[in-house]
Amino acid sequence: MSGLPSALARHPDLDQWLAVDAADTVTVATGKVEIGQGITTALALIAAHELGLDPRRVRVRTAHTGITPNEFITAGSMSVEDSGGALRQACAHARRLILARAAERLGTDAAELTIEDGRITAPGLNASTTLWEVQGGRPFEHAIETRTDEQPPAPPPDRQPRLDLPAKIAGEGVFVQDMTWPDMLHARVVRPPTWAHRLDVLDEPAVPDGQDLRVLRDGSFLAVTGADEYAVVRHAERVAAACRWRQVADLDGVPLGTESQAFPVRDGIPSIEPVPDLDFEPDLAACYTRPHLMHASLAPSAAAALWAGGKLTVWSHSQGVELLKRTLAEALDVDRRAITVIHHQGAGAYGHNGADDAALDAALCALEHPDRPVLLKYTRQQEHRWEPYGPAMRIDMAAALDDAGRIRRWSHEVWSYTHAGRPIPRQPGSQLAGAWLRDNAIDPPPAEPRLGSEVGIHRSAWPIYALPEPRVIKRFVAAGPLRTSSLRSLGAHGNVFAIESFMDELAALAGKSPVAFRLDHLDDPRARAVLEAVDDLCGGVTGPRGVALARYKNQQTWAAVVAEVEVDEARADVRVPKLWIAADAGRVVDPDGLINQLEGGAVQAASWTLKERVRFDRQDIDSEDWDSYPVLRFDEVPEIVTRLVDRPDQPSLGAGEATQGPAAAAIANAVFAACGVRVRDMPLDAEALRRAAAA
Amino acid sequence: MVSLIVNGARREIDAPTDEPLAYVLRNRLGLPGTKVACGLEQCGACLVTVDGECRYACTLPVGECADRSVTTVEGLGGDGLHPVQRALLDFNAAQCGYCLSGILVRAAALFDADPAPSPAQIREALAPQLCRCGAQPRVLRALETLARDAASQEGRP
Repeated sequence: MSGLPSALARHPDLDQWLAVDAADTVTVATGKVEIGQGITTALALIAAHELGLDPRRVRVRTAHTGITPNEFITAGSMSVEDSGGALRQACAHARRLILARAAERLGTDAAELTIEDGRITAPGLNASTTLWEVQGGRPFEHAIETRTDEQPPAPPPDRQPRLDLPAKIAGEGVFVQDMTWPDMLHARVVRPPTWAHRLDVLDEPAVPDGQDLRVLRDGSFLAVTGADEYAVVRHAERVAAACRWRQVADLDGVPLGTESQAFPVRDGIPSIEPVPDLDFEPDLAACYTRPHLMHASLAPSAAAALWAGGKLTVWSHSQGVELLKRTLAEALDVDRRAITVIHHQGAGAYGHNGADDAALDAALCALEHPDRPVLLKYTRQQEHRWEPYGPAMRIDMAAALDDAGRIRRWSHEVWSYTHAGRPIPRQPGSQLAGAWLRDNAIDPPPAEPRLGSEVGIHRSAWPIYALPEPRVIKRFVAAGPLRTSSLRSLGAHGNVFAIESFMDELAALAGKSPVAFRLDHLDDPRARAVLEAVDDLCGGVTGPRGVALARYKNQQTWAAVVAEVEVDEARADVRVPKLWIAADAGRVVDPDGLINQLEGGAVQAASWTLKERVRFDRQDIDSEDWDSYPVLRFDEVPEIVTRLVDRPDQPSLGAGEATQGPAAAAIANAVFAACGVRVRDMPLDAEALRRAAAA
Repeated sequence: MVSLIVNGARREIDAPTDEPLAYVLRNRLGLPGTKVACGLEQCGACLVTVDGECRYACTLPVGECADRSVTTVEGLGGDGLHPVQRALLDFNAAQCGYCLSGILVRAAALFDADPAPSPAQIREALAPQLCRCGAQPRVLRALETLARDAASQEGRP
């Protein structure tokens, strides 16, 4: 990754990134948002290191339209690179300015000065000043001059406390779901069972005596509002029970593996050239699949909104407040200059969940209640049924080996529905679900293939191995059975599952060990290093263990994972008691935060891989709660040991999506090592194991 | 009117007796730590103790809590932090933190009954609590360390 963060080009004004407060603290601004990944702590650490401060003195202001730098969206594991890179430059420039002013004040040379928790002095100098005496409450009034020649200071080796954690541990109301105002109204929507249903008949039930409740009705958009939350909940249940829905479409779509728009991919970039035929006789061919998966955020999505004096203010846990502002303006037909969207934390989202939808619904309710803040929350079933899922994938692999057992030819065809359903302004239609339901409905835009580098379906489909002329084909299927969008790691989970499962199958065919076979095909020294590190860390990939490796998007963190499994063959049950991870994320900013992201990604991927599948038929979605969509629980999670391969001289890389693919394949490879059954369909549940064993 | 004891203080509440305790705590008593995340007793984010027993506040009618003693995450440690809160803080054992309140209430009940539970007992006790971010391994490391420290203080192996 070269070049400077693009946010600096759009927002060169130093004062927009950093303010030295009147006393004791500094405030930094970011266009990114906290989604449980610890970005506020990482950014505070970056600023603290550059400015010579205790991180607790750094306040981080997150995305707020019109105020913080516009960094579009918090996605793709880019925040440490983008916002972190920009802040580092901003703070380094601020440090140079502050030291120059301090030198003048102290009558010494700026090069002599040091800053220690805000106190500025020099060795042997009998005087000192502080960051706040020099700069407190004063704007810098400078455009950021970027310099890449300065080596950033080394991060502290010990565990840095997560800055947002004390309030959460104490049970303070820090989430959007906890927002409260004295005159606030609560709101709930009454939703059709799926995206393919609309209201047929509603005989509105009477509001119980003495309760101040309103039912808002606009086509199939239904909401209940009132000051008392539980009264709102109960009445929404009454309204829901009185609704009769009609189905306006089938939940079927075009099956993966039949028709598609196909694009050859080279170095991660699709082209519109003709698709080359598979022109070799494979020694091995295999088809891998993953089902639709849910974000399944622990908290159903929510948003608050206030319509007052012709201005709309929305508090949302959306990952892209600027995009949301513009798409709200379009869906509501309100001037976007009258709209402010302020990020407020929700539960972890892992991509595009119901957050943006909830913002529109809250705004629709607020428009009906001028001057009253409205807090709208979805139910568990609404979130499960209506969130845009991570789409199903099918990956057809084929390869031929030479006489020495090396890969001679390689083919990877990946089929999927769109991974890009986020609300984007200035496209026809709306991606906000509430807009589809109103009388003047705005339908979703038609799904279009994305042809950027390493996006969506073809993310991490390009092999990291040195292979002669890999044939990689993206096969985009526009019509899916379900609403889909971006789920953490996008196509990388399915593509790496397929590549790394297939590498194991080829290693067996070539009579090599999984580690040796991979090393035989790896030129990239950093990929080799993480593979060797994980092999060393676990004491060898032997017994019921499997290994897998990837570099996220072929441009971010390298991660290798070893899984150890226990397979109960009688019950066809797989458990994963242990995982080992080795990762290279370049220069490490916050080791503990990085490990937390790598491990959390691996646990979530273990859950996807072992248990998760959105169940549906042509009429209905059956996965509507944690019983019908089970996820990994405390008594099932692996112990994890992680080793970081630190590269202090290399740029920092995002790591939140690095382990999903490798963890999935490592588990499948371990199942094969444990019982000789190759499971190519996720989830690796009893059904899939029995089917694979019978094949 | 329902009278109950919340985090050690007697509270008189003018709410319908069928209103779930979680709504009472959050909206009438200003205690937002107790989360409503499924309303189905499936995820545990709403966990509180009633007379020392773990209960799902998302479905428990407040009328059933009359004259009983309710402890929420806000009241776990009295004026300070409960040892399980301290342990999770020391290990940065969270990602988004939405599930923490319920996990802390469940863990506090476990450690109050036995300050040195085994790793298997900790896992089993926490099984009803969901975390979607994958922070479980570090929650377990934090609590296992707390249990080990307690065991060594007591001279247990």
